[in-house]
Amino acid sequence: MRVLDSMRAFMRRDQVFDFLVPVVPPDLDLTHGVILYLENLNVSFDGFKAINDLNLYIDDGELRCIIGPNGAGKTTMMDIITGKTRPDSGSAWFGQEINLLDMDEPEIAAAGIGRKFQKPTIFEHHLVIDNLELAMVGDKRVWPTLTARISGEQRDRIEEVLQIIGLSDQAKLAAGSLSHGQKQWLEIGMLLMQNPRLLLVDEPAAGMTHQEMDRTAELLTSLAGTHSVVVVEHDMDFVRSIAKKVTVLHQGSVLAEGTMDEIQNNQQVIEVYLGE
Amino acid sequence: MTLFQALKTDRGGMITLTIIALATVVVPVCNLLVPESNPFHVSTFTMALLGKYLCYGLLAIGVDLVWGYLGILSLGHGAFFALGGYGMGMYLMRQIGSRGVYGNPLLPDFMVFLNWQQLPWFWHGFQWFWFAMLMVILVPALLAFVFGWFAFRSRVTGVYLSIMTQALTYALLLAFYRNEMGFGGNNGLTDFKDILGFSLQADTTRAGLFIASGVALMFGYLSCLYITRSRLGRVCTAIRDQEDRVRFIGYRVENVKLWIFTFSAVLAGIAGALYVPQVGIINPNEFSPLASIEMVVWVAVGGRATLYGAVAGALLVNYAKSYLTVAMPDAWLFALGALFVLVTLFLPRGVTGLLRKKEVA
Repeated sequence: MRVLDSMRAFMRRDQVFDFLVPVVPPDLDLTHGVILYLENLNVSFDGFKAINDLNLYIDDGELRCIIGPNGAGKTTMMDIITGKTRPDSGSAWFGQEINLLDMDEPEIAAAGIGRKFQKPTIFEHHLVIDNLELAMVGDKRVWPTLTARISGEQRDRIEEVLQIIGLSDQAKLAAGSLSHGQKQWLEIGMLLMQNPRLLLVDEPAAGMTHQEMDRTAELLTSLAGTHSVVVVEHDMDFVRSIAKKVTVLHQGSVLAEGTMDEIQNNQQVIEVYLGE
Repeated sequence: MTLFQALKTDRGGMITLTIIALATVVVPVCNLLVPESNPFHVSTFTMALLGKYLCYGLLAIGVDLVWGYLGILSLGHGAFFALGGYGMGMYLMRQIGSRGVYGNPLLPDFMVFLNWQQLPWFWHGFQWFWFAMLMVILVPALLAFVFGWFAFRSRVTGVYLSIMTQALTYALLLAFYRNEMGFGGNNGLTDFKDILGFSLQADTTRAGLFIASGVALMFGYLSCLYITRSRLGRVCTAIRDQEDRVRFIGYRVENVKLWIFTFSAVLAGIAGALYVPQVGIINPNEFSPLASIEMVVWVAVGGRATLYGAVAGALLVNYAKSYLTVAMPDAWLFALGALFVLVTLFLPRGVTGLLRKKEVA
């Protein structure tokens, strides 16, 4: 009888095998108002501790600047959040429910985390408008991508983002022909097309003129609120112009956190970074 | 973008397709209907040669799709081509029946020669044309899928992947050389008699095969054009240029690579299946690493990431090969090497790059 029962359980028609059930990541849960939890993270590369017991919390809708000398672990931290690097220990949660350490890059991107690289990373051979289209939120599996058509609504969204990043006139140019600053904006535009809740922006002002820098600062501040934005930057003037809250990383962990004024008067920070 | 719109933006492709379509009609007509005394007569030898080039053209499109658009330098596409060829060869062997030298109604000659008593299990089913054609598609596809599954999932890229594809085809070369494998050892499969009941020696059958090759090339071209002009095609070139970025905007790079690579292997398999009845033999040399490298040279000479460049390159290089191996047999390999070096140095966009003014990726 046992065999028959297990057979019946096996053949039940109202359910499928566990491995057939698609793994749907839980929705982003922001009940505590915190969008990103990084706790006790440790990463070492060949004995070098790139991240050392790092704890960092980002609030929903916040604009946070992260500064720190070279090798402080800023880029490694972004690699962990976006799934490129696995930490040796610790945890990383997106909202209350989504465990980032269980996911790979495309899953994390689909969950709502967008990343801008240090060096502008765009598709130079594609048109500006194509760069945005590829980044657009939607079904990114192989077959739907093959048969994808752009809808009127999506076209409007692309136009809107072109407006935001100020590249409307360059829409039909190859992305490789843009200036350095424009490439940085295009990459931010690609992030916006993904409709992320959390934007990780690595050195957005690098190589920009003062004018361009001002516009970038304006753009990033306008994004905060509806998005959470984490900016890693070296340029102190730029940080001062946008930051409400600044975190200083040093040797893989948080050295200080606070407003720009607090940070600038912090003796430890002055020693390791600002003063030299 | 629909196929028609895509074609309108691809002038080189339109010209190439028109030429192939014309050749598909004109060559068989000039062979069958124009009398031999007429200067416009095309000999059966020439038609078979041109048919062979058409198969190479289809193969080259497949290589271009993965190399030019996706950035995977496959040095093992000969393996898929040869597997398709063996699929067709096995069907043709089974058609010989009792007309073989040893007159065995079931076993091909080489098996009788090796004193085998029964047909190996994997030769069953190949007496049916439909089954053989299914295998021509499925076997290369399966090999490409399994190979790609492991390679792309472990994120093997660049020169390491190229070396692995080279090893793949070399391993198959060694395996197919063995008599115990049951594919005719180093002699391969030959002495074919007929296909679907038509004699392979008849001019009409030859013409039919030529037309089939032309049609297959056109279909292959159009399907690749559709892929490369779709959003997926733009994702492919994006992967070629910035793989990491594509991952961070949410595409599964390994799946895209896997499906495109598999599709390309299917094209190669079909090309191989059409090639075998026209040249009359398939042997393990088709698996040789050199053959696969030659395919890459065709695409490089013609111009990467254009599709029509791949076709043009395949035709040009193979015409040169046919000519040189007769005129100066020893010089061919040197010529091939020199060609690759010169094209890489001076014509990075290939021969068709000379005709194009603006870069369209």
